[in-house]
Amino acid sequence: MPTLDAAIARVREALGAEPAGEDPKRPDPRHLVVTVPLERWLVAARAARDDLGCRYFCHLTAVDWKTEGFDVVCRLESLQTGLGLTLMTRIPREPAHCPSLAPLFKGALWMERECYDLFGIRFEGHPDLRRLLLPDDWEGFPLRKDYAVDTSHAPYR
Amino acid sequence: MEVTSPTPVPQIPPPTWEETKDLQEWVKYHQERPSGDQTSAAFEGLADRLEHFPGGWLMVTSTEKLFNWARKSSIWPVTFGLACCAIEMMATFASRFDVERFGMVPWASPRHADLMIVSGTVTIKMAPMLKRIYDQMADPKWCVSMGSCANSGGPFRHGYHVVKGVDRVVAVDVYVPGCPPTPESLMFGLLKLQERVAAFQQTGRREAAGPPPD
Repeated sequence: MPTLDAAIARVREALGAEPAGEDPKRPDPRHLVVTVPLERWLVAARAARDDLGCRYFCHLTAVDWKTEGFDVVCRLESLQTGLGLTLMTRIPREPAHCPSLAPLFKGALWMERECYDLFGIRFEGHPDLRRLLLPDDWEGFPLRKDYAVDTSHAPYR
Repeated sequence: MEVTSPTPVPQIPPPTWEETKDLQEWVKYHQERPSGDQTSAAFEGLADRLEHFPGGWLMVTSTEKLFNWARKSSIWPVTFGLACCAIEMMATFASRFDVERFGMVPWASPRHADLMIVSGTVTIKMAPMLKRIYDQMADPKWCVSMGSCANSGGPFRHGYHVVKGVDRVVAVDVYVPGCPPTPESLMFGLLKLQERVAAFQQTGRREAAGPPPD
């Protein structure tokens, strides 16, 4: 287990961005949050995989910040050193496009399909971006905050 | 965070069942024969002649009584579990509560079943399959909606993905409340269903189902 300062220094060197502890009161090298700009999303993920050894793709999801766009959040972990990285990037609301991590991690294939399914974020470079959970003829993206949940949906409401 | 009213979604006209591919296939493969059902016609003619024979009504009514009793007490539910209610349904079928003493045998084929117990949450993605299984059952068929989710959507009613009551998909005869209902509740519902089946056999019509609870 690396110490906190060493882990932060390594992440800063590898990703070129300042990491923060997830919990300010109890900082932990297993839970570091890095926010990167959108154009460095793929580069940062590749550096985390190759330089930091975070080869385990935990999950990928998004946060809807209404007019400010979406946060795409993905979690990468190193099973050897115990380092855990939460990579975040901000994408605009319209068009909600984000580079796909599928060339780097096979596990991203379904995660990005699910994220597209529920948030409507189009991952560029994904080989097969279809809906994963909802029916193919579903209208809209239900986890967006402007999706009126309790209204009628085809065909049963 | 300021609270804003949700932006209006464009109203999509709800598609009717005739537009779905399942039903088109069903219609394609279930054309009526031009000559009609000759076996049924022969039986109907025989029963008609027997009933109008002097004193024949005695025989017809007494055998009808026997047949009604047989129909009522051999309702076969199709094994069809959707969620946690299915656990209670399995307990009802199992030896401790044992609905087999009412003649109910869980049967793994909709073609041979008379009853569908919708036990659990019906999602919008699952509803076409449920409808398809119900369509595959032979008439007269019955449906018990078991649990809050199947009755009205339950705790997931305000979600985006749950059918708000299975009565929007198929016709329901008995609603069993509970989350999940105990095996005793389900047995009570099944006994109510037996009464309904008996009434149906006597009068030839089901009671009109009320409007969907809304």
